[in-house]
Amino acid sequence: MEYHLKTPIDEETVRKLRTGDILYITGRMVTLRDEGHARFLEEGGADIDLKGMVLYHCGPIITKDGDGLEVVSAGPTTSMRLEKFEKDFIKKTGISLIVGKGGMGESTAEACREYGCVHGIFPGGCAVAAASKIKSVGGVIWEDLGMPEAMWIFDAEEFGPVTVNIDTVGGNLMKRK
Amino acid sequence: MKVPKEEENMKAGIENGTKIGKDLESVLARLLCLLATHLPKDVAQRIREMAEKENDGAAKKVYDCMLENMSLADSLARPLCQDTGIPNFYVKAGADFPLLGSLEGILKGAAAKAFKDAPLRPNAVDPFTSKNTGNNEGPLAPYIDWQIVEGDEVEITAYLCGGGCSLPGFALVLTPGEGIEKAKELIVDKILEKGVNACPPLVIGVGIGASADIAAKLSKKALLRKIGTENGNPMAKDLEKELFEKLNSLKIGPSGMGGAESVLAVNVEFGVRHPATFAVALATGCWATRRATFRIGKDLKVVSEDFD
Ligand code: SF4
Repeated sequence: MEYHLKTPIDEETVRKLRTGDILYITGRMVTLRDEGHARFLEEGGADIDLKGMVLYHCGPIITKDGDGLEVVSAGPTTSMRLEKFEKDFIKKTGISLIVGKGGMGESTAEACREYGCVHGIFPGGCAVAAASKIKSVGGVIWEDLGMPEAMWIFDAEEFGPVTVNIDTVGGNLMKRK
Repeated sequence: MKVPKEEENMKAGIENGTKIGKDLESVLARLLCLLATHLPKDVAQRIREMAEKENDGAAKKVYDCMLENMSLADSLARPLCQDTGIPNFYVKAGADFPLLGSLEGILKGAAAKAFKDAPLRPNAVDPFTSKNTGNNEGPLAPYIDWQIVEGDEVEITAYLCGGGCSLPGFALVLTPGEGIEKAKELIVDKILEKGVNACPPLVIGVGIGASADIAAKLSKKALLRKIGTENGNPMAKDLEKELFEKLNSLKIGPSGMGGAESVLAVNVEFGVRHPATFAVALATGCWATRRATFRIGKDLKVVSEDFD
């Protein structure tokens, strides 16, 4: 199935999604990698409501374009590196969709089932295609972590194809392979 | 963006060495920007062939996205992938090349200039403090490997060495009894375990030698060999073929979505082993393997056949 979803994505919609479905997302996405996850969970302090939003495993290249910020190149990073954080992150934020590359582990899958979240895969290395679907940068939190690790807030339009990898009923595309 | 034309290259003569050094730096910086935004011809062609052959729906969607990405990167002159890696230079320097002594500085200058111009992502991180140096510079960044050869020319293979694609890499020393069979098993297992994180389809470099460091270096050399070339030794060539078939049969496919092929190429390079050792190493490259070879003549003209 193919879905065109808008954030915030409600739980009922998330629970309908199945492994192998193709998604295109319009709305708010935030990026976080290892250091950002660690800070979010250990120190907190990011004043942002992520309920129903999309977490993007990505360390983009951003340039200053006049007063604004431009997303130059923004493909996914390896999701598995964030496995140790994701269960707590899903629980704490109520995020609906996680996008990255490669698979994730059992602890994330468990949180997906329990709290209603899915993990999806954007084609790795397709960073300009990804950037072309991010229409603007809504802000940045923790820029001191460096460009790849900061939390970038993106406003996306038809961001995809994102293939559902882990769904809420125990489906796991990468595990089957 | 095209390879600099002849008239844009510097003229022969080294009487104003500094100026020429700067010019060469700018030309090399432009080639690095070109490398960040374009795949070399052999890689691009192989990706197109694989995309065309693919019948699986999910895999096809990924190839479509890859092809769209290549054309957008070209038209917008933007880095193909946000991970522009740590620049690596493998230099075969003729002992009589006029700027031999300044070449290291020129390469570092070119990497620094490309970092600003491309732009490249800051990827140099202190291993102890985890602080990003912010400018892509630091100990062994850029990484330069030297080989001195006869003659007055220089051949440089530049490679933007990404993180995800380096993740499956390993080097270790087996006993001769374990030997090649164990080596094959380890390589296949590693690709099964981590290949999907390296943005498949993959380029596979395998090195075999007497100790871990030698095997590791050879695996990188194998990774950087052009697609479509094969090892001249019949047994090494058979190993390339066998691994190619085995790895494709894993059905990892583009971005792990399955499909017909999982590797662009398997290249093997080897040296002798010691009677008591069998060292093997694996180096992996992603579908966006950004590698190009430039030749600099005595007249300081830069030529590369890797781009259209
Ligand atoms: S593995 Fe290659 S294509 Fe994938 S994110 Fe890393 S550098 Fe980019």
